[in-house]
This record gives sequence, C-alpha cells and structure tokens, in this order.
Amino acid sequence: MSYSKGKTKSRGSFVVLVILAAFWLIPTVGLFITSLRAKGEAQTSGWWDVFLNPFSQDWDLSSYTTVLTENKLGASFISSLAVTIPATVLPLLFAAYAAFGFTFLKFRGREFFFSVIIGLLVVPIQGALVPVLKMFISFTDKTGIEISGQYAAAWFVHSAFAMPLAIYILRNYMMTIPNALIEAARVDGASNFTIFWRLVLPISVPALASFAIFQFLWVWNDYLIAFVFVGNERPVLTYTLLAMLGQYGEGWQAVAAGSFISLSVPLLVFFTLQRYFIRGLTSGAVK
Amino acid sequence: MKDLLTALQAVIAGIAITALIYWLLNLLIHRFPEKIKKKVEPYVFIGPVLFLIGAFIVIPTLQSIRLSFMEEEIDGSTTWVGLQNFKDLFAEEYFPKMVVNNLMWIAIVPFLTVSIGLAIAQFANNVGARSEKIFKSIFFMPMTISFVSAAVIWRYIYAYAPEGQDQVGLLNNIWIKLGGSPQAWFQIETFKFNNLLLMVILIWLSAGYSMVLLSAAIKSVPEDTLEAGRVDGANTGQIFFKIVLPQIWPTVIAVFITVLIGAMKIFDIVLAMTGGNYNTTVLAQTFYLEYFSYGNTGKAMAAVVILILAIIPVMFYQVRHYRKFEAAR
Repeated sequence: MSYSKGKTKSRGSFVVLVILAAFWLIPTVGLFITSLRAKGEAQTSGWWDVFLNPFSQDWDLSSYTTVLTENKLGASFISSLAVTIPATVLPLLFAAYAAFGFTFLKFRGREFFFSVIIGLLVVPIQGALVPVLKMFISFTDKTGIEISGQYAAAWFVHSAFAMPLAIYILRNYMMTIPNALIEAARVDGASNFTIFWRLVLPISVPALASFAIFQFLWVWNDYLIAFVFVGNERPVLTYTLLAMLGQYGEGWQAVAAGSFISLSVPLLVFFTLQRYFIRGLTSGAVK
Repeated sequence: MKDLLTALQAVIAGIAITALIYWLLNLLIHRFPEKIKKKVEPYVFIGPVLFLIGAFIVIPTLQSIRLSFMEEEIDGSTTWVGLQNFKDLFAEEYFPKMVVNNLMWIAIVPFLTVSIGLAIAQFANNVGARSEKIFKSIFFMPMTISFVSAAVIWRYIYAYAPEGQDQVGLLNNIWIKLGGSPQAWFQIETFKFNNLLLMVILIWLSAGYSMVLLSAAIKSVPEDTLEAGRVDGANTGQIFFKIVLPQIWPTVIAVFITVLIGAMKIFDIVLAMTGGNYNTTVLAQTFYLEYFSYGNTGKAMAAVVILILAIIPVMFYQVRHYRKFEAAR
C-alpha cells in the first residue's frame, strides 16, 4: 500500500493548508476584485474594502472595455495569439522527428548530440539574442525581406529554443514504446519514414499535447523575445502591460483589468488541460 | 483579426513546408544505395533540428562570447579590446551589489521553494483526496501566470502612497493597522529587504511546481518502509526526515536545480517591479539595460558571458546526471 492511502485525515494539516492557500490566493483575488471596481474607489481604498463595506461599493466593468480599446489591449491580445499559436505548433513536427531519430535509430554521435541537447535545456536565451537579432537585420539588408519586427522572427526563435525541451519530453515518451512493435513493423518492410508517420507519431500524441501546453504557456507569458523580435509595432500583451505599468495615470483598476485579460488565457488552459500539464511536468520537464 | 488569420496561415503553411522538407529528404535518400542510406538516414531525422539549434542557439551564443571581447562602433564594425568590457562592467558602481543580489537569489529562492513545496506536498497528503486536489490547484495556479502579470498582482500588495494619502497596498494597510507608518517597501535596502520582497514573488510563482513533483515522489514511497518505522516507534517527524526524505532525495535535487536555474536567469520580475533601481539589479537585467537602454554592446555581452559561465556547472551537472539515469535504465 502506498503512502497516500489508508491514512487518517489530519485536522492540523488542513488548517495549515488553509492558511497557506489564503496566502497563495489573495494576490490574484485582489487583482480580480480591483479590476471590477470603479476608478474612484480603486484609487482611494484597497480591494478588501468590498468585504468591509459591501453595500456602498461602485462596481464598474468599464475598465475592461476601456483597456481593450484605448490601451489597444484588444489588438495586443490578437498579437499574443498570432505569436503564440505558430510558435506552439511549428516546433512539434521537427521535435518529433528528432526524438524518433534519437530513440529508434543508431548512428555515430548520437550520445554526443543528445548530451548537447540536454545541456542546451538550461542555456540562457539572453546569450543568443543579440547575434540572432543582427543575423535577421543583415538578412533583411541582403534580401529586402523583413523578419525582425514581424511575428515570424519570434516564431523562429521560440521554435529553436523549444527544441531541447520538446525533444527531451518526446524522447522520454517514445522510449516507453515497446521495441518489439517497431521491429515488427520493420520486418513487415516498413521504412523508418512510414514507421514514424503511421506508428510512432500517433502513439506520441499525449506527449505532444504535454509539450504543446508548456510551449503555449511559455510563449504567451514571454516578454523578452516578444520585446526584442516583435517590438512595439505589434505589441503583445506582456509588452503592453509593462508599458501600462510605467504610466500610473491609467489607474489601478485599468492595469488590473489588463493583467486579468492577459492571465485569463493561461488560467483557462490550466483548468481545462491540468491533467496533461501535470503529466508533462512529472515526466521530467525542466525549463 | 487580420493578424490572427496570418498566424493561422503560417501554421498551415509551416506544417506543410516542414512535412515537405522531410518528405523530400526521405525521397532523396531512398535513391542512395542501401548501405549509404542506412548511414545517412538518421541525420535526415535529426538534421533539421541540429540546423535550427546550431543557427539559433549554439552559433549565436559563441558569437556573444566573441562580442564580449569586442568594441562595437556605431557603423557595426568591431575591434578587439580584450578584457576591457569586463573591466568596465566590474568598475560599474552597481556591479558588486548586483553580484550580491544574484547570489542571494540563488541562495534563498531554490531553498525556500523546495521547502515550501515539500511542506505543502506533505500536508496535502493528509487531508483526503478531494481536498488535496483543490489545494493543489490553488498552489499550482500561479505557475501559469506570466512574470509581468505577477508583477502587476504584487504591485497591489507592495503599493505605497505618502503618509496622509489613501493607501491601496495590502502590506502597508496591515503595517498601519499594526501601528506603523506607510513604507515605500522597494526603497528599503536594509538587509536587502527590497530584494527579498521580489524573491517572494518568484517563490509564490514556483512553489506549485515544486509541490507537484515532490508530492508525486512522496506518494511513491513504499508503505512498508513507513510501517517499519512506526513499528520501531518513530514519530511523524522522524518518519518524514529519516524515512521519506532520503527516498525522495533525487526529486528534491532535481526540483532544486530547476528552480536554481530560474533564479539565476531572473529578469522579468525585477524589470517590472523596480527596473533594477534601489540596488535590486541582477545580471540578466543588466544585460537588458546595457544593451537596449544604453546601447552598450560590449558591457551587455560581458554580463551575458558571466551569466553563461555561472550556468555552465549546472549544465555539466545536468548532462552527467542524465548519463547516469540513462545507464540505469
């Protein structure tokens, strides 16, 4: 019997957890309440005032409509999606191919290349930013094709930096596929190409889903790459939010509404796909 | 909306192009004699990724290291200056304070994140399956929040207004209730207090991650080892520290390393909360500031190189650890 089962419930543990949970919840709840308050109120009293004086409150949803239009948060929302969706989907096939190679094929340098990939799991993005930016700019000078400042620049960089983690998660998963299955397909005359597309890729869908959730959250929440490669012409949510934070004229409730809009998407992803997310985590995801 | 359409087109085109690349490569190698084909085929599978990683991570990182020894003119030309950029960076007034800040982040955040995660995991193990699930969701939720949103959230807690004005910050309200006068928390540099306030945010964000992994490990501890302890008369504390903890130690280390790396690279929180002011700056923030605000490529690259050097030992540890793990399976 495992440690988790057959134990009596402990009241003491429950009380401690409630206290800790309050500490973990209060910041986000405060943000949400603030975002729903009228400007005058949010500027003069803390959000907990709604519990102290519940009948004299001015509730106001206009913060949301204001930030979406005036602060162009609506446009930023679209930009964030436009950066995030391709940056989540595009690395999948590349990573799956490589993971297949590392799991089922034997070749010289396999251990070496895989060790490099493990090492790159922790390499800081900052180390590559400036030369990549210069590379994009010189590419534009030579060909006239704009990359930097376009979504595509962020897609490339996010995809490349996603590779180590994606390959790591997918390879860990593919190693659980019985070798006999692959061998049987080989005996039947299937090429590696066919085995990958018809057998391994469909089996690997859960691992692909786990990685996709990670990558989606990572890209959606990223500020640095979006700042450097997409910039202020198509500002993403984190970019706009940081700019709003610098200008206090907006008022507390406006920044709160903006922030809540930004974190509503990750929260939605989290609550609907929690199972895959945690499975991905426990299968050895590090970033 | 047009942007979204572009993105969706890119997704479809991207998948089509990727599939096409692999398909063409596959066609190509099938024209080779069987013996060569067998040798080349694996590289068809990993080649495109090696190219991506080489072009966007490995080569640029090496170029950054080269740039740290260069001075860049406005026209983009570079001249070799040896260690001058590093000397300039070391001579900055903020440099020693920044090093202390970075060391504090890596000394405090991983330890507390693991300890709190462990405590929550252990307590949650004792409250019944349904409550456990709810509690876990609560602690885990901040993990999905961006650093920038977290900064907004915590600004409401640390907010300050001069005495006599309306205080909307939670911390100041509690402080005033306790008889204090309003404090500008971010400006309190005594004992690096303002740095600690920033660290609280990262701990708040990552404790859930640590809790999930450690909870899974705790649940896999075999019951009979605990039973043996109970029979021998060990109390709850002894069972936890002498029986459970040693068995989950590998997971503890893995979580510690992951949080450590996050603390080393910490950037967004500092940028969004203080902008590095009041002596709260860190390496990654220095890179950002020197490059994007002051246009000091040399100094920015020197900061990056120090960050890379700091991470290299962790990198070697990861690779060695993986090799051991691989040999064991």
